[in-house]
Amino acid sequence: MKKRTFAFFLTAAMVLGIGAASVSADSDELISVGIINNDPNESGYRTANDADLKKMFTKENGYDAQFAYSLKNAEQIDYAQKFIQDEVDYLLLSAADTAGWDSVLQDAQAAGIDVILFDRTIDADESLYAASIVSDMAKEGQTAVDWLAGQGLDEYNVIHIQGVMGSAAQQGRSGALDAQVEANDNWNIVVQQTAEWNAEKAQQIVQSVIDAKTPFNVIYAENDDMAKGAVAALDAAGISHGVGKDVIVMGFDCNKWALEELLAQNWNYDGQCNPFQASYIDEIIKKLEAGEELEEKVIIMDEKGFDAETITQEDVDNYGI
Amino acid sequence: MNKNSGSLVKRLVGHQLFIPILAIILLAVVNLINDPGFFRITVGTNNAGNTVLSGYLITILDFGSELAILALGMTLVTAAAGGQDISVGATIAITGSAMLRILCGGVARPEKIAAPIIVAFLFGCVVGMLCGAFNGALVAIFKIQPMIATLILFTAGRSIAAWINNNELPIVPDPRFAYFGGFIPGIPIPTTVFIAAACIVIMLLVLKFTNLGLYTQAVGINENSARLNGINPTKIKFLAFVILGLCVAVAALIKVSRLSTINYSVIAKDIEMDAILAVALGGNALSGGRFNIMASILGAYVIQFLTTTLYKFNVSSDALAAYKAVVVILLVVFSAPIVREKIGKFGRRRASAREARG
Amino acid sequence: MRCETVSEQTILKMRNIDKTFPGVRALSGVDFSLCKGEIHALMGENGAGKSTLIKVLTGVYEKDGGTIELEGQGEVHIHSPEDAQKHGISTVYQEITLCPNLTVAENMYIGRTAGMFTNWKKINADADRILRQLDIPAKATQQLASCSIAVQQMVAIARAVDMECKVLILDEPTSSLDEQEVQKLFGLMRDLRKNGVGIIFVTHFLDQVYEVCDKITVLRDGQLVGEYKISELPRVQLVAKMLGKEMDDLSDIKGESGSADEAQAGEVVYEAEGLESAAGVRPFDFHIRKGEVNGFTGLLGSGRSESVRAIFGADRVTGGKVKMHGREVKISNPYEAMKNGIAYLPEDRKVDGIVGDLSVKENIILALQVMKGFFKPFTKAEANAFADEYIKKLNIKTASAETPVKSLSGGNQQKVILARWLLMHPEYLILDEPTRGIDIGTKVDIQKLVLELASEGMAVTFISSETDEMLRTCSRLIVMRDRHVVGELKGDELTQSMIMSTIAGGGEEHE
Repeated sequence: MKKRTFAFFLTAAMVLGIGAASVSADSDELISVGIINNDPNESGYRTANDADLKKMFTKENGYDAQFAYSLKNAEQIDYAQKFIQDEVDYLLLSAADTAGWDSVLQDAQAAGIDVILFDRTIDADESLYAASIVSDMAKEGQTAVDWLAGQGLDEYNVIHIQGVMGSAAQQGRSGALDAQVEANDNWNIVVQQTAEWNAEKAQQIVQSVIDAKTPFNVIYAENDDMAKGAVAALDAAGISHGVGKDVIVMGFDCNKWALEELLAQNWNYDGQCNPFQASYIDEIIKKLEAGEELEEKVIIMDEKGFDAETITQEDVDNYGI
Repeated sequence: MNKNSGSLVKRLVGHQLFIPILAIILLAVVNLINDPGFFRITVGTNNAGNTVLSGYLITILDFGSELAILALGMTLVTAAAGGQDISVGATIAITGSAMLRILCGGVARPEKIAAPIIVAFLFGCVVGMLCGAFNGALVAIFKIQPMIATLILFTAGRSIAAWINNNELPIVPDPRFAYFGGFIPGIPIPTTVFIAAACIVIMLLVLKFTNLGLYTQAVGINENSARLNGINPTKIKFLAFVILGLCVAVAALIKVSRLSTINYSVIAKDIEMDAILAVALGGNALSGGRFNIMASILGAYVIQFLTTTLYKFNVSSDALAAYKAVVVILLVVFSAPIVREKIGKFGRRRASAREARG
Repeated sequence: MRCETVSEQTILKMRNIDKTFPGVRALSGVDFSLCKGEIHALMGENGAGKSTLIKVLTGVYEKDGGTIELEGQGEVHIHSPEDAQKHGISTVYQEITLCPNLTVAENMYIGRTAGMFTNWKKINADADRILRQLDIPAKATQQLASCSIAVQQMVAIARAVDMECKVLILDEPTSSLDEQEVQKLFGLMRDLRKNGVGIIFVTHFLDQVYEVCDKITVLRDGQLVGEYKISELPRVQLVAKMLGKEMDDLSDIKGESGSADEAQAGEVVYEAEGLESAAGVRPFDFHIRKGEVNGFTGLLGSGRSESVRAIFGADRVTGGKVKMHGREVKISNPYEAMKNGIAYLPEDRKVDGIVGDLSVKENIILALQVMKGFFKPFTKAEANAFADEYIKKLNIKTASAETPVKSLSGGNQQKVILARWLLMHPEYLILDEPTRGIDIGTKVDIQKLVLELASEGMAVTFISSETDEMLRTCSRLIVMRDRHVVGELKGDELTQSMIMSTIAGGGEEHE
């Protein structure tokens, strides 16, 4: 009896936790897709990304979609295996980690399932997937660093708040900054710390620099949440930030609220990371279904960087997520 | 006299506050060697134009608040149920989300708050206590192991939190809401310090003016005997979880207020482990029974002290967990009776050696 | 004392043993010697130093001074129980320390099979041989849990014997055995004696000492009182030596018990009709009057504990009517029973009685505190006053009121629980085996106290597996068998033989 109660609760917990992978209906005419994504609660970016996918892959649009979410690579691989067993037509994957995907993708290939990577690349042979729709994180980082270099400060003392170490976004966005600091004597890193995309941690990291009374004039946060946390610490310490102020604040992802901060000139720069990949994916599937060849295996999406001095309300409405 | 000093060492080592206080002293010494001005507090002005105090000490007290508050409830749960609640991080997300839902009325970017802050907070308290009641019912009535019972909300909590606000990330427009995690104009000390102090005082008063402590310990040590003395163990365990739920609600208020918004997947991430560690650092048996609430509170601030120190030394924050693991190992070794006895003996031997010489 | 004959040689000699704990001198200058092939009783009140002496001998405690010599080995230093075992000293404790879910043979050989691979066939054969030799009714491949407690106890002894022990310590081995089982155990002990094993027998049962032992060593307050041959020390003198004074408490009690009959005239305090509980006790009627001492008797498992648990609401009550002072009341849990002035000292003091990690003080005030209410804790001064009063009144031996109760000796723990209930000033006090496993002095104290309380008007139900204790204190006995009440004895019927015959019954009352 006790065991049964326990089993019931565990099942209930698991169902709730997975976020209820949707039940598949008869899929004779529908194209079945298995979508593995990161937890939509992870960030505003991911929420927008998930919402975009959910809007696209509906019955009305001819799809029978199953969603699975996890921030853990191993769990994602389990879901992939499940989708392969379910014999989906397409496997869409935004991998939590870049490594460890070879064998499961080989399984997919053996089962004749086309894999389309979105949002994140992986360390696997190109032959293992049909297409990859990604943001070029390195380019995002380069755009941001170029913008920062263009500010013409005498000396750059940067607090560099990184995302989860090893993620593609972190690597791309950190790479450009690291190279710039390496190459220029007047660029210094005051602190380089991972806050794991977490605003609270970013706040504590910046607070620690402030308490140590180390001078700095740039906050380079690899997403908006962390920039927000950093700004909270600046505010508490009475350090001015924004256009024409003591500290330049930079974020990524273009959350609507972050762009509003830019509009109010509290922040200086926000780099876009385009979460809207669903239409690209849809196009690729249509082509593959029609038997067409894809011209490009890797499709890089357009991405912008916004400057507080030039941003408009229109930009906020169009690009905010 | 010498003999006394020997037994004094033993008494000190045996005291429950010995380990947390030793840890604080060690951390303070390390920091002072590195930076003699470590404890300096400076007066400044924040961007809202208020005079505020700042410095490492303030930072520790400020950011340690949530943990200290959670440690209060976690201590009771540990003592009564002989197990821990691992869902506090997730329930902070739930209660925080519930508060935002009330404040923002389900709108992501409201012009002004939809309900008074106090209403939102009280609603959050109810939600927190309901979460506690859910866990408490599983543990007290259905006799499920606390860790397994709370695994449910641990797993599902953050999804529930996101669901409460339709996956939106609302931002509270009222600057007054930021007071709880920041500063109240005219008061230079972080509000969180006052909130934590208030919670601690209330808890101490409750322990003084009720039999909560006696009942909880009796239930934790010997449930049969407690029952035969007219105590209802089910009620006491349930109550402990509900109290923890209330602590969670207060911690959630602070957390949400710090940034006036919420991030469901990372808010208060891994805080349950820190809260449990605080209880353990305080020398309280994780298997339940006797407890010392002050020791848990000290334990909480030790953890924040450690975190702040590691940030100061620029230790990568993803390595923080490893350092905490080292602390846990030391802790376990130190609190083992055999080690304490050895230290006690060492103290005695030194005392008698002195006696022999002198 | 030297060993009698040439064949008898000393195998163990402990001399001048000292052991001090913080604040207590547990042993001072104690001598003890054991001869080959003798059963030697170690007697003393709780706190006399028996367990400490045993623990020094088995390496649980390090001695502070003195020497231990073993035959053929000279002076030895024993630092751990393993050490003791290597020196041929084995101990069988009151609580079975074997693994009930393993087989008998596994239990006998666990921890001492050489290497990774075990030849179970051979081991089972060996085990069976030893069991046969010792005439123990168990098979090697049988699961230990399926044996009776007595047989389990014997398996523990067999394990010790097979480890070539020369000195066997039996620490209260009989307290959970019935009379028949005790006889079996004694048979085994006598066999071992014949084989030259020296046995140290620690017990509280005087009868057993006189039945099986050759010599007695008496300790008191950590000091040696003396070593005596059994034939030279009559019971009364033994008790006197243990208590340290020439007193005749036992006969005192007998004198008082006559007066209990008059209590029959008192008002009925508690009355139950058709009471039954989920623990399996069959519906029974029961009443008790003011100032009366009565008791439930019957064999272990006859339902006497379950009956009083039903009265106290400790088990789920499934039926019956209960009246206090003629007014119907509902008692479905201990709290309601307490509110109605009923107190219950449970049978198993470790499992149901003490709250081990709490202090003596907290344990004493617990029940009254619960009665007073959640929001009304006693002040420190009040609590201290209560604790001090009862520590003094019941002569509880403790370093202080703040000492954790678990560090007290069994008898003193029992007094703490007794204090807890007396503090409540109950109208009706239920004592379930209050004298089990405690020393003779405390037993006498408790019996005296029971009669004293009754003479002050308290109603008391007293349960003991030692019938002579019940005969001495109770004026009415309810006899139980197989969870039924099968008879009620009072007045002239209160004799050992009447109880026996009532328990034995006709055997016709089967369901």
